[in-house]
Amino acid sequence: MNPLVQVKNVSQHFGSMRALDDVSLDIAPKSYTILLGPSGSGKTTLLSILGGFLVPSAGQVLIEGKDCTSLAPAKRPTTTVFQDYALFPHMTVGANVGFGLRMRGVAGAERDRRAQEVLKLVGLPEAFGKKPHQLSGGQRQRVALARALVVEPSVLLLDEPLGALDLKLRRQMQEELKAIQKRVGTAFVHVTHDQEEAMALADHCVVMNHGRIEDEGPAERVYSRPASRFSATFMGESTIFAGKVGAADRIATPFGEWALATSAKAGSEIALAIRPEHVVTGNAPLSFGQATVRDVVFQGSFKRVTAALAKDPALTLLARLPADAAVQAGESMNFACDPRHVLVLTR
Amino acid sequence: MRGTIRLATIIYAILIYGFIFLPVVTLVLFSFQATSFPIPPFTGPSLRWYETVLADSRLTSALGNSLIVAVISSALATLLGFLSAWGFARFYIPASAVLRGLITLPLTVSYLIIGMGLLVLFNAIGIPKSLLSAGIGHVVINLPLCFAILYSQMGEHQANIERAARDLGAREWQVLTLVTAPMLWPALFASFFLSMTFSWDEFVISFLLTRFETTLPVEIWNLLRSGLNPKTNAVGSLVFLVSIVFVLLFELTLFRKQRR
Amino acid sequence: MWTLAFFAAPFIAMAVVSLTSHDGGGGLTFANYQQFFANPSYTQALVNSLEVTLIVTVVSILLAYPFAWILAEQIPERWQRLALILAVLPFWTSYVVRSYSWLLVLAEKGVVNNTLVQLGLIAEPIQLANTRFTTVTGFVHFFVMLLTLTIFANLKQLSPSYRKAAADLGAGPVRTFLHVVLPLTFPGIMVGAFLTFVLAIGDYITPQILGGNNELLMPQLIMLQIGRRGDFPLASALSILLMAVVTVAYLASARWLKIERA
Repeated sequence: MNPLVQVKNVSQHFGSMRALDDVSLDIAPKSYTILLGPSGSGKTTLLSILGGFLVPSAGQVLIEGKDCTSLAPAKRPTTTVFQDYALFPHMTVGANVGFGLRMRGVAGAERDRRAQEVLKLVGLPEAFGKKPHQLSGGQRQRVALARALVVEPSVLLLDEPLGALDLKLRRQMQEELKAIQKRVGTAFVHVTHDQEEAMALADHCVVMNHGRIEDEGPAERVYSRPASRFSATFMGESTIFAGKVGAADRIATPFGEWALATSAKAGSEIALAIRPEHVVTGNAPLSFGQATVRDVVFQGSFKRVTAALAKDPALTLLARLPADAAVQAGESMNFACDPRHVLVLTR
Repeated sequence: MRGTIRLATIIYAILIYGFIFLPVVTLVLFSFQATSFPIPPFTGPSLRWYETVLADSRLTSALGNSLIVAVISSALATLLGFLSAWGFARFYIPASAVLRGLITLPLTVSYLIIGMGLLVLFNAIGIPKSLLSAGIGHVVINLPLCFAILYSQMGEHQANIERAARDLGAREWQVLTLVTAPMLWPALFASFFLSMTFSWDEFVISFLLTRFETTLPVEIWNLLRSGLNPKTNAVGSLVFLVSIVFVLLFELTLFRKQRR
Repeated sequence: MWTLAFFAAPFIAMAVVSLTSHDGGGGLTFANYQQFFANPSYTQALVNSLEVTLIVTVVSILLAYPFAWILAEQIPERWQRLALILAVLPFWTSYVVRSYSWLLVLAEKGVVNNTLVQLGLIAEPIQLANTRFTTVTGFVHFFVMLLTLTIFANLKQLSPSYRKAAADLGAGPVRTFLHVVLPLTFPGIMVGAFLTFVLAIGDYITPQILGGNNELLMPQLIMLQIGRRGDFPLASALSILLMAVVTVAYLASARWLKIERA
């Protein structure tokens, strides 16, 4: 399948600051793409470039095979859902949703019919005659979504759309966003700094940092096999420690020599990471040795344990133990893991 | 102890209220004076001086002039303030901070100096003294005010709303007329009425820049030359009444905005 | 960028004015300024202006602060808005009319003198009109209202948590006020003081109506140059001097004005 959107070698400078540094990215039709990264990583800049609110300093943006690099927002097949929703405060919800159609010369009755239809799609059929200030945050969010969807864009751009909502509502809206995306079949590009949101929504997850793409792929792959140290820390928690590649896939660690498959050259310094859910107590092929449990936090379905390792006291091991595990702070115990769970990070 | 403090604050408040209202009450009270001196003892109530005022064609025409100048100059100041605030808020303008400083500068400069400057300028380029020149003066003094009010209402959120409109296909003029202006309607209304109040009240600039036809404050000034006179009280009370109406309209729009 | 044209109009006007002011006498000359500093009755006007303005500023703040405090803290919430609107209602009377009203009150046979004589406090009406006292009274009246408004707004902006926190940590009402409320409202007071200073020093109406011609202030002097003599260059020079004084005042208080903005 041909990509719907192609970003080719795009860079963006603001004065001496490089917001985007030679970024290339393909977006497939009907996909849900998440741009994930901390603030200042360039994810919002990239979204603005896709939406046409910024013309990149270098590079090209192709949408549906057409060069859109410096095309005005209105002229490209994208619409944007803004972080603050940017609803027109003086218009009713119906007029807000119908605005794009009005600008396209659609007659009043037809406009209202289609606006009503999209409002139904986002689950707000009763809001048509209300003013934005009469709605709750979640409802406004849906109106903003409806307003952007009604003009049937090829790509819908969402700038931290759930950022202003509280946690519970955010989780609920996530599910709805995904469902709506599946139903309308429009490609969604969604910016967030919330990794859980990313994992829940993304078909294609793009991790960004310092204006570059650190990692991209299916969310599951990015989590289980992160391409870089940054993406390992940003997507989920882990314990990271240093290693040095020796001969024949043997890696020297503070806990002894481990046999691990790696493509890194012999002699190179690498980082190793282990997810907390893969740390076990007792015996497993790879041992961290003895550690003193520092803190145990009961979290309902599991216990979050931090422990100081005897072999490297500066390192804090993070483990997620079963909720019924008998551990207490101050206890000393053996921790270990399985070789297939160790993440070898060459960047 | 607490009681004493309470009593002291009440007395203080009453005294200040008394001080604040003393001249206004005196003014209004003696506008109903029956005899020809607005000093005690009070001899009214009588509407005699109000009749005199309304029969005075100079005063009534000045009142009309004042209203016309106030309405037109305020509308113009609001419009220009809106356009300039919009320009500053939405476009990159070199040395924006300096220019913004300059545009609000007249707020801190005495009206006398502005009037003086305009007088010298109009003299130099040959614009005669008239209601028109006074009106221009009022635009000059009210523009910064309208600019400041409107500029403060055009933040990032409003910019995003305009961006959304553009994204959905609105042309620049459609953004202005369908989104920006209606969105700022309460602020536009407030600027207009505040300008009206100031223009209505303004003396020095009108005094310097008009000649034969003039505004009400200048006409009242002329009346003052005849010393204390209940007629002045009457016309002053009328002016006060009109100002109160302006202020109430202003308050109402502000209230409506807050309720949102 | 086309909007730039709209700002250009008032700017160019101001710029041209300042230029014509400078060379008004034909060619660039400082003669007007020299004339000002050479004539003691002119410099006296500047001194008078500064004195009156400073007195007005200080007295107004001293009167308005407690009043604003009473309105903000002692009056029940639901009456506050009404109390405030009432307190500044006369603010909206025409400037000329307001000054005239004070003339009525303080006239030789006016309300104040009349009352004092009737009460037997004084035997003869005292001369109140056309003195510095009247000018100051008129000014203070206006600025008490203005400052009450600004200080009230300031006090209301203070989060009640500050006061609760201070009380919680053991400060009595007096110490809370001195160490918490007063410092926090200080920037607001400075803004009000600056506003008072600027407006008072440039005002013509109040001193002209209430003070008369016994003691000239700067604005009166400027008007005199225009009205009686048609001496625009000198009047312009005086205006520039007055603006310079305001600028100095601004620079002096800029530190606090900035804090307010931040």
